[in-house]
Amino acid sequence: MAKPKVATASLAGCFGCHMSILDIDERILQLIDLVDFNKSPIDDIKEFTDRCAVGLIEGGCCNEENVRVLRDFRKHCDVLIAVGECSMMGGLPAMRNAVPLKECLHEAYLGGPTVYNPTKIIPGDKELPLLLDKVYPIQSVVKVDYFLPGCPPPADTIWQALVALLNNKPLELPYELIKYD
Amino acid sequence: MSEKITFTIDGKTVHGKPGMTILEAADSSGVYIPRLCKGPGLKPRGSCRVCTVMVNGRPQAACTQPAVEGMVVENDSPAMLEFRRNLVEMLFVEGNHFCPFCEKSGNCELQALAYRLGILSPRYPYMFPKRDVDASHPEILVDRNRCVLCGRCVNASRDVDGKTVFEFVGRGGHKRIAVDAEAGLGATAAAAGDKAAESCPVGCILKKRVGYAVPIGQRKYDKAPIGSEIEK
Repeated sequence: MAKPKVATASLAGCFGCHMSILDIDERILQLIDLVDFNKSPIDDIKEFTDRCAVGLIEGGCCNEENVRVLRDFRKHCDVLIAVGECSMMGGLPAMRNAVPLKECLHEAYLGGPTVYNPTKIIPGDKELPLLLDKVYPIQSVVKVDYFLPGCPPPADTIWQALVALLNNKPLELPYELIKYD
Repeated sequence: MSEKITFTIDGKTVHGKPGMTILEAADSSGVYIPRLCKGPGLKPRGSCRVCTVMVNGRPQAACTQPAVEGMVVENDSPAMLEFRRNLVEMLFVEGNHFCPFCEKSGNCELQALAYRLGILSPRYPYMFPKRDVDASHPEILVDRNRCVLCGRCVNASRDVDGKTVFEFVGRGGHKRIAVDAEAGLGATAAAAGDKAAESCPVGCILKKRVGYAVPIGQRKYDKAPIGSEIEK
C-alpha cells in the first residue's frame, strides 16, 4: 500500500512551526517510514503532484498569494491542520490589523525612523502579491479540520497529532501540550 | 439557623457555613468551580458568568448565589463545560489576545481557563478591535487590547486601595476600563503596590520592567491546571 502523503506550507509565518516539525528529532526517521512528503518546503516540491492525506498550514493569510496557496491545500488535502497561533489567530503579523494598510506601508517605506528610501517608492510591482487589508486566520478563508496551538506547537504535539491521524485514532492532547505560547 | 449547610455538587456532598456563596462553599470543600471575574480577596461581581452552575436546574452565578441547605448543584458536566468553553472562546475573539508575546502568558487566568477547558482554538471569528494602550504611568501600564472587562481592578481600587482609579465607561461593545484622570494613568493616584495593579487576571494591567522574569516551564499554569490548588 502506498504511504499516505503529507504537505506543508508556511504562509504569513516565521517557519518556527516547521522548525518544530523537525524538532521531533530521530522520530523523523519513523515519520518518513509512515508518510511521503508532497508539496512542502522540507523537500522543496513547489506544486501538488498528488492528493494528500494531511496538509499542515503554518501562518495566516496576509496577501493574495497566501490565500491562493491555502485554497490549493484545501483542494488537495483530505485533512487540513492549522499549526501554530499565526495560522489560527493571525499571530504577530496580525498586530497590523488595528492599523490601516496605507499607514503600515507609509511607516515601513516612507515615514519610519530608520527608513532609507531616496526614491520614495512604495513597492508595487505586479510580481509582488497584493497585501490584504488585514491578516486573516486561515479558518476564516477555508474550512480547517484540526488546530494545534502553540508558538510554535511543541514537537510532541505535532508528532502525536500526526500519529493519531495516520492510525485513525482520536487526538487527545495532555494538559502540558495545549499551550498558546 | 444551623451552623452548617449541606448540599451536593455533581452528586458529591459539600458543606458550607450560612452566608457563604456556592463558590466559597465549594472552595472550602475542595471542589473547583471555574471563575474569572471573582478575584481572591475581592467582592464578587457576577459579571463574567464563567462560574455559572445549574442550581436545582436553573443557571446561577456561583460567586454571588448564596449556598442553601439541600440545593443540587451541577458544575462539572458536559453541558456546563460546553457553556464555559463558549464564554471563554468569546472572550478570546472579542479582544486582541496575542499569547505568544504577552508578558502574562503562563500566568494568565483567561489562558489557563482555556487550557483547562481544552480549547484548541475559538470557533468564533476574531473581531480584531482597535484598542489603546496607556503607558503614561512610570510603574504600571494598561493595555486594553487584553482587557476582558472583569472589573477586578475597579473593585480592588475602590474596596481595597480606597482610590477609585479604575471605572467602567461606555455600554455594550464600547464598554472599556477608564482611569480617573483625563491625562491617563500617570496622572492618577495609582501606585505599583496597589491591589488594583496585581488584581488583573490577564495582561491588561501590568507592572513595568518585571515581564518574562519566570522562564517557560516554571510559570504558574505551565504544569498544573488552574483550580488544582483548590482540588488538593
